[in-house]
Amino acid sequence: MNLEKIIKFLSTYDGEEIRIMEVCGTHTASVFRNGIRSLLSPKIRLISGPGCPVCVTPSAYIDKAIEWALKPDCVLVTFGDMMKVPGTTKSLNEAKADGANVKLMYSPQEVINAASENPGKTYIIASVGFETTAPTYALILEQLEEKKINNVKLLTALRRVPPALEYICETDDTINGFIAPGHASAILGSNIYHKVAEKYRRPFVIAGFEAEHIVLAIFDLVKQITKQKHQVRNLYPSVVKPEGNVIAKSYIDKYFEICSAYWRGIGVIPDSGFSLRQAYKCYDAGSDLLHSENEGMLGKCRCGEVILGKINPPECSMFRKVCTPQNAKGPCMVSPEGTCGIWYRFTKVED
Amino acid sequence: MLFILNLLFSVVKKMCVALPGLVIETDGIVGKVDFQGNILNVNMAIVDAKVGDYVLVHAGCAIEVVSKTRAEEIAQLFAELESVYNES
Repeated sequence: MNLEKIIKFLSTYDGEEIRIMEVCGTHTASVFRNGIRSLLSPKIRLISGPGCPVCVTPSAYIDKAIEWALKPDCVLVTFGDMMKVPGTTKSLNEAKADGANVKLMYSPQEVINAASENPGKTYIIASVGFETTAPTYALILEQLEEKKINNVKLLTALRRVPPALEYICETDDTINGFIAPGHASAILGSNIYHKVAEKYRRPFVIAGFEAEHIVLAIFDLVKQITKQKHQVRNLYPSVVKPEGNVIAKSYIDKYFEICSAYWRGIGVIPDSGFSLRQAYKCYDAGSDLLHSENEGMLGKCRCGEVILGKINPPECSMFRKVCTPQNAKGPCMVSPEGTCGIWYRFTKVED
Repeated sequence: MLFILNLLFSVVKKMCVALPGLVIETDGIVGKVDFQGNILNVNMAIVDAKVGDYVLVHAGCAIEVVSKTRAEEIAQLFAELESVYNES
C-alpha cells in the first residue's frame, strides 16, 4: 500500500472511534507542523500524553533549586527550558532577576571544567529528563568520581517513560494504542514495550519524526486496533534497536536506582524515577522527598488533565487567554516541548 | 548563519530533542561534532562512533549513530519546527 492509499484509508476510516496517544513533544510538534490531524477521519483522535520531562517536574523541585541558587558561593546550572517553570512562588527566571545565581548550560562538560577551576564554589546541576538524558548525568558522575571533584552536586528529577505509560494504561482504558517516543526509545530499545503491550493489550509503535513516519505509525496502530492486536512495532529501526543503547543503560544502572516519583499534575507513580544509588549519595543535592508537599496547580490550570491526555489545551479556560508562552501559568505552556506550548504555537498554523 | 546558530543553541538546550551532527574528531570519550559548520565538544562515551559518522546529540552527549540520510532528514525537520517557534 502506498502513502496515498494509506492517507485515503485514514481519512475515510468510519469504524469505532480510535484514540491514539503520542508521548513525545517532538511528535506532537511534528503532527501539527505537517497538518497530520487534518488528514485523519474524525473517528481517529490523537491525544498528547506526558512527553515533556520539564512539565512534570514538581514545583517543590523548583523551590529547592532556587534555595540552592540563593546560597552564598553556590551556582545552579540548568538547561534553558527549566527557567520559566513555576515553583510554589516563583520560577528560576524570576529568582535570577532577584539575584539568585542561576546559569544556563549547553553541556555538562562545561560545568565540570568550571568546578575544577573554582574549587571554592559549589555547582548544583538541575538534572531533569527522561531516559534520553539520564546517561548524560551518569557520565558527569563518572568524571566527578575519576577527577575527585567534590564541589558538584546533582539535584535530580529524572523520570522513566515506561512506568508512566503503564500508569496511563492502568487508569485510562480509552487510549487504544501508543506512538512510542523516538529518542527515549533509542536508549530504552523496542523490547521494553513488550511487557506493557502484553499486560494491557495495547499496541505500541515506535516512530521517527518525519510526517511519513508518523502517518505510517498511525496506520499501523489503526490496523492493529481494529484487528484487536497489540504488537510492538519498530518503524524507526535505523535509530532504535531492540535492546536499545546497552552502554547507556549500563551507565544509568551504575549510578542510579529506580524509585517512586511525583509527576506534576499526576501524582506519585511507582518506580517511575531514578535516584542516586546509596554509594553516590554524596553527590546528591537533596533530591529525595521533593514530591510530597502541596503540589496544586495555579488557579484554574488544567495541566494535570492535559498531561494525561484527558483534555486538549483549548478546553482549559486559561489557554491563550491568560496563559501564554510569554506569561505561562501552567507547566505545559512553559516548555516548547509541552503540550500547551505546542498547541499555542501550532494551532494557528493548522487552523 | 545566524539562523543556524539560533537553531543549534535553542535545540541543544531543550531536553527531549536530539540534533544530528558529523563527527570530525573523537577519542571514544570526547569528540568534536560539526553541526552545519558549528563545531561543539560532545561526550562520545555511550556510542561506538568514528570520524565521518553522523551522531544524534542530546544534552551534550551523542546517543546514537545514524545514517547520513537520516541525519539530513532530522536536521531538516528541526529547521522547520524551529522556524515556527521563531514566528511566535
